[in-house]
Formats: sequence, structure tokens, C-alpha cells
Amino acid sequence: MEESKRITAEEMGVKESNVQLMLGNEAVAQGAWEAGVKVVSSYPGTPSTEITEAIAKYPEINVQWATNEKVATEVAFGAAMAGGRAMTCMKHVGVNVAADPIFTAAYTGINGGLVICCADDPAMHSSQNEQDSRYYARAAHIPMLEPADSQECLDFTKLAFQMSEELDTPIFVRLTTRIAHARSVVEVGERDEITLKPYQKDPMKYVMMPGMARKRHLKVEKREEFLAEAVNSMPINVVKMRDTAIGIVTSGASYQYVCDALPNASTLKLGMVYPLPMKLIASFATKVQRLIVIEELEGLIEKDIKAAGIPCEGKNLTGIQGELSVERIKSAVLGVPMPDAGAEDLPARPPVLCPGCPHRGVFYDINRLGLRVMGDIGCYTLAALPPLSAMDACLCMGASIGMAGGAERAQGREFSKKTVAVLGDSTFLHSGITSLVDAVYNQEAITVLILDNRITGMTGHQQNPATGLDIHNQPAPAVNLEKLCEACGVKHVVVVDPFDLKATEKALREETARDEVSVIIARRACALLDKTVTPPYVIEGCKNCGACMKLSCPAIERRENEVVINPSLCIGCGMCAQVCPFKAIREGARA
Amino acid sequence: MNKPIFDLVIVGVGGQGTLLASKILGKLAMSQGLGVKVSEVHGMSQRGGSVITHVRIGESVNAPLVTLGGADYLISFEALEAVRAAAYLKPEGVVITNSQRILPMPVITGAMQYPAEPLNDAALVGHTIEAANALALAVEAGSQKAVNLVLLGILSNHLPFADEDWKHAIASSVPRSTMAVNIKAFEAGRACVSTVNGQQA
Repeated sequence: MEESKRITAEEMGVKESNVQLMLGNEAVAQGAWEAGVKVVSSYPGTPSTEITEAIAKYPEINVQWATNEKVATEVAFGAAMAGGRAMTCMKHVGVNVAADPIFTAAYTGINGGLVICCADDPAMHSSQNEQDSRYYARAAHIPMLEPADSQECLDFTKLAFQMSEELDTPIFVRLTTRIAHARSVVEVGERDEITLKPYQKDPMKYVMMPGMARKRHLKVEKREEFLAEAVNSMPINVVKMRDTAIGIVTSGASYQYVCDALPNASTLKLGMVYPLPMKLIASFATKVQRLIVIEELEGLIEKDIKAAGIPCEGKNLTGIQGELSVERIKSAVLGVPMPDAGAEDLPARPPVLCPGCPHRGVFYDINRLGLRVMGDIGCYTLAALPPLSAMDACLCMGASIGMAGGAERAQGREFSKKTVAVLGDSTFLHSGITSLVDAVYNQEAITVLILDNRITGMTGHQQNPATGLDIHNQPAPAVNLEKLCEACGVKHVVVVDPFDLKATEKALREETARDEVSVIIARRACALLDKTVTPPYVIEGCKNCGACMKLSCPAIERRENEVVINPSLCIGCGMCAQVCPFKAIREGARA
Repeated sequence: MNKPIFDLVIVGVGGQGTLLASKILGKLAMSQGLGVKVSEVHGMSQRGGSVITHVRIGESVNAPLVTLGGADYLISFEALEAVRAAAYLKPEGVVITNSQRILPMPVITGAMQYPAEPLNDAALVGHTIEAANALALAVEAGSQKAVNLVLLGILSNHLPFADEDWKHAIASSVPRSTMAVNIKAFEAGRACVSTVNGQQA
């Protein structure tokens, strides 16, 4: 929703306040803007997406959706090297994709400040794993800040730009879901107009061949030694002495839970989680009787403290899985029993493909043909759930094509005649193209199904290089997926409308039968974007055969002796009418 | 003056507009000089799955999540979801719920049954429950999307904030074009006094 479409504070007769309620993600964007950031390049990924969406609202910032996190990081690095302040934002698994440039950017350092904002997802609200990005900070020797609310998101992002330039290194700002997606009160400020630094050719700093890199690696070590000392007196690490029976070392969202769970405990709240202020921690440890580290995911702080010879507790109490909470911390530290969340015997409500989702028909056909599905990351991963249950594997962005190729190599070429690799348009552009080239080059017989719904869906409808629009919804060159696949060497590329179940099934049958790589592009816009109003379908004379139930549409409900279509959910895609063997389903009357 | 402190949990089905309700509450609290945290979940769970938003209002708020057994109010956009989130309620916690039923996939496929009378579930016994057909009231107000404002209207009768402050918070959160419908829906909720166990028919 555009701000301009809302009634302004002035019209309401109240003063526009410099205090605002902001998501952690929006506050990172505001902090970057205030820090004078010039360039932001990101790939969407929950829970980080809204940072870059918020950035797009500031006209002073040059912002773009990149094809993937590696490209995004390289663009941001290029901007920083060229003298502008730059940022890239991604979810935790995006850091894996971006790791290659990140590790070496730690060697080269920067010119304009470079901030890498990564958002971890403890409890996997929208992710495939619970990896802890703090390990990247340690592995790449890049300092990492971790804010604990929206105000700190703003403040720490600004600080990160300053530190980046002072220390000549990229800086990580690490969020978790409960910081990124929590709104809290933020005092906003003005933008510092940072003068663009001059671009200077400096191959000893920026050309990382062994001879240069060896020298830069020494600088990395020196910088880290300096910071490991300096961090002990940095005001972002805050000690609060209360009762000394228990002393808690913590950071981020965990700190907030600790404040409520153990209000009397002394705390050392870390604003920087790498490198750690070991002297400060040691001094804190001497003042408390029982030292406990409360951290979500891995026991990284705990291990460092133990390695320094300081006894402490941590993961023995909290474990490494899921999110922490006030209840979990009370239970872990004080032995207060966890309250019962109840509701075990209620019907679950898992997420589903929306009514009218163009992906639905494709998976229906896949099930009819009994195909194996090497799946991928996107809305369509929901087809893995019953009753469609149409997915055999889902690993990471773009993995479907490689997995199908590997399965063929293990099981033989016949295996590919009953297998499809399924991925979305944005996922294909993110990291499927190279795998497709690989499959052609290595003469595989796989069939790749690109579900082209004209948008990046699951993360909330971001544009991508195939949609013809940029991050500001302005016209942009659109990748032609057919031509791209052909250029990769695929001889058989067919385009189908996934609403046409017969045509889609035919394409699946023919293309899987081939003894070489083929691509099917199932093209139709996401149901949430298609604003065409079609009347809901109706069932008359239902024989209760259940054929339409196999579509797994939320608008089709089984009653006692019949099946009915819920008119408040049906968007009139008409797929059910195609599968009804008794022709009992038809388009409803137009209003 | 003691500043009011409330923990609220807002639940529903992905796509029902729970995020707007929590945003309005957040802005309202902020306009009263109160601390507030609103914790949302985006992404996967918005595709028709169960969704939960935590709203914590008070002088200073630490944890972004309401504890189990800690909610003063449970606002539910769907009857079954009210039962699912019942464990968040304090013993004296109040339930404000839409009586609308949206069938989850295991019920649609016939694998499980939707409870016959969800609001009579043991998990909700002892709580004041205010139930209204918020969908019908929203449609009457001009848009089925205004269920959130109807429910906020009912909630407004429980919270010590002035009508004008609610309306400012709404105005700063919804598009100008839907303002009239949203205010109408809010007022319909505010005027709605029917309850499940308050005998006020």
C-alpha cells in the first residue's frame, strides 16, 4: 500500500512524528537510508524481504532485485569498491549462495561501507533449515552485529556502515524472524548525505590472486586482533548488574525473552556477536555465581567462552532447536514446567496452494501420470503436502534439475521417463540455468518443468527478470525463458497453459518420453495477481465420485453425500469442470 | 496514572487481514505514548495456513511474543482458530471471535471433522466469549475484507481508548479509498453486543 494513498497526519490535525512503529526490516532500511546508503541489491527471501521493499520507497537509493544472492552481493560489493555505501539483504540460506564473494570481500575490504544483512529463521517459519549465520561471521572473519529490537535495527545498521569504513571490511547485521518481523517503536532521523568516495584502481587490494591475497590475509588477521580488543569497550555490549546469583550472556531476541523470564538476573547483552568481547565476558563472569549463555540455534557464544577457560552453561539447558521463548527459558533455567499449548486433537491447518493457483493442475496431471517430482523452493513446494503429495525431494533453490540428473545417473536413463524436475520462474533464474546447461552438456534425458507464474510468489510477489518489470514496477527487459532454454542447448521447449489439463498432460507425457533434455514451461499468472472476475463454479447432480477432490482445491469441500464448491473461495479457474467425469460442474451465473 | 498493559493474540487464516488489525493496534498504542511490540509471521503461513500475531502493549515491552497463559484478549478471525490458540489466554482472558468457519484441508478431504460447536470446546470453558458474524457485518459495511475492522470494533469496547484515537489509528493504516467502509465496519463491531456466553442475545 502506498503511503500517499493514506490520509496524512496533517489532514488529521496531528503533527507528523519522528517516532514510528516499524518492522525490524523497515528499521534496517531506515538506518541504511540515514547512513547515506547509495546502492542496495538483494534477492527476496523470508524473513528478509521487506528490508529491500522498504528501501525501494526511498528515492535517494539505487535499489534492485538481483537474480540471486551471489549476484546481489557482487553488485553491492562493486558499488562499495567504487566508493558508495552499499548493502545487500538475504535470508540465512541466501548467505550460502553469496558465500563465495563474501569470503573474499573480507580480504579485499571496501571503499564505501558495505553491509550484509542476513535474517535467520529459528523454528523455520518459512525455511528449509535452521542454520546459524553467526558461523559465517567467524568463518569469513567478518564482524557481526545483532540488534534486539527495531530501534537497534536502525542504530546498528548505521553503526555497521561507519564500522565498515573505519575497519575496511564488510559488516554483517544479523536478524532473526522475531526481530525482522516484529514492529516496535523507532525514533527516526535525517539522512547523512555521504560524499561518494573517489574510485581508485588498486590491484593490490582488489585483485585477489595468491600474491595479493596472502598480503591481504595478514591484514584480515590484524584487523580482527584489533577489533577483538576494541569490542570490549564498545557501548553496544551492555552489562546490567542485578542479582548476582545468575548472570546471562545473550543477544538479539533471546535478550528480550531473558528480560521477561529472568527479570532479576544480571545480563550481558551482546550487540556484537562476532568477535566477542572476551575481556568483558570474563569480568562479568567473575561477578556472578552461575554464568549461563542464552542463545538461539547453535551454542557458538558458549563454545567461545568455554574455550577461554570460563565455565558456563548453555545448550545443556536450551538445546539447539527452534525458537526460544519466555516459557522455554523459565523452564530451562528455573525448572518451571512448560505450559501446555493444547490443541493436539484439532484438525491442523497447513498452508495450501490458493484456489485458482495455476500450479495445481500441473501437479494433478503429474499424479495422473505417476511421475516422480524432484522439487524446488517456492509456493509449489506446498504440493508436497497431502492430498496432492506430489513431491519426492526439495533441497534448496534450483536443486531440482541437478537432482533429476543425478537420479538418472544412478538409476539409468529410463528413470527420467517417469521423473520431472519442477521449479518456478524466479527459482530457475536464481540458480536453475547453470544446472540446465549442465544437463544438456552431460547428455541427460531429464524433463524440466518451469512453473512460470510471472512473479516471485512465496515471498510476497516481487518482480524478477522474467516479469518485464523492475523493483519499482517500471518496465524492464524481460528474459524470454523459451529462448533462454534453447540457447542452453535444449532442443525441445514447449509452452502450455496449466489451466488446460489435457494439453499439460500431453506435454508431460511426450516430453518425459524423450531420450534427451526437454523443458515444459507452464505459463499462467499467479491467481493472487489475476484480477479477472470469473463467477464461481457450481456442482449440480454430483455423483460423489471424488474426482475433483484430487485437485486438492480449498474451495472444493466434501459433504455427507456430495461435493460442493464454496463460492466465497472459488475464483472460477474451471479446472474442476475439466476433471468431472459426469460433467456435473459448470461455470456459475454471471452477476 | 497507571498506564494500561495488554497482551493480545490475533489468530486467523492466512490471507484474512490479521496483519492490518495488529498494525492498527500498534499505531493506537503508540499514539497513547505506550510501548508496543507486534510480532508477525510472513511468508509460507500466509497461504491459507493458521496465522498468529502477537501484540504487546505496555509502558515498556521486552519479549515480542505473548506467553502461553498470558493473553488478556484473543481475537480470532475464524472459530476453529480460536480454539487452537486458547492456551494463550489468561484464566480471565476474553475471546473475541468471528463465528465464520473456514474448513482446513484435512476437513475438506474428509480426513478429519470440523468440531460441531468449536466455541463450546473445553479449552474455552470459563472464558468470556464475544462471537459475531463479522463476515456478514463486514459485507454489510461494504467489503468482506473489513472483517478485521469489525473485530477491532468489538475489542474497542474493552479497551480504554477514545473513539477518536481508534479512528486516527485506522486512518493512518488503511488506504484513503477504503476509509469509509473500514470506519463503518469498525462502528458495526463497536455497536455489536451479542455474545456467546454473556446471555446478551
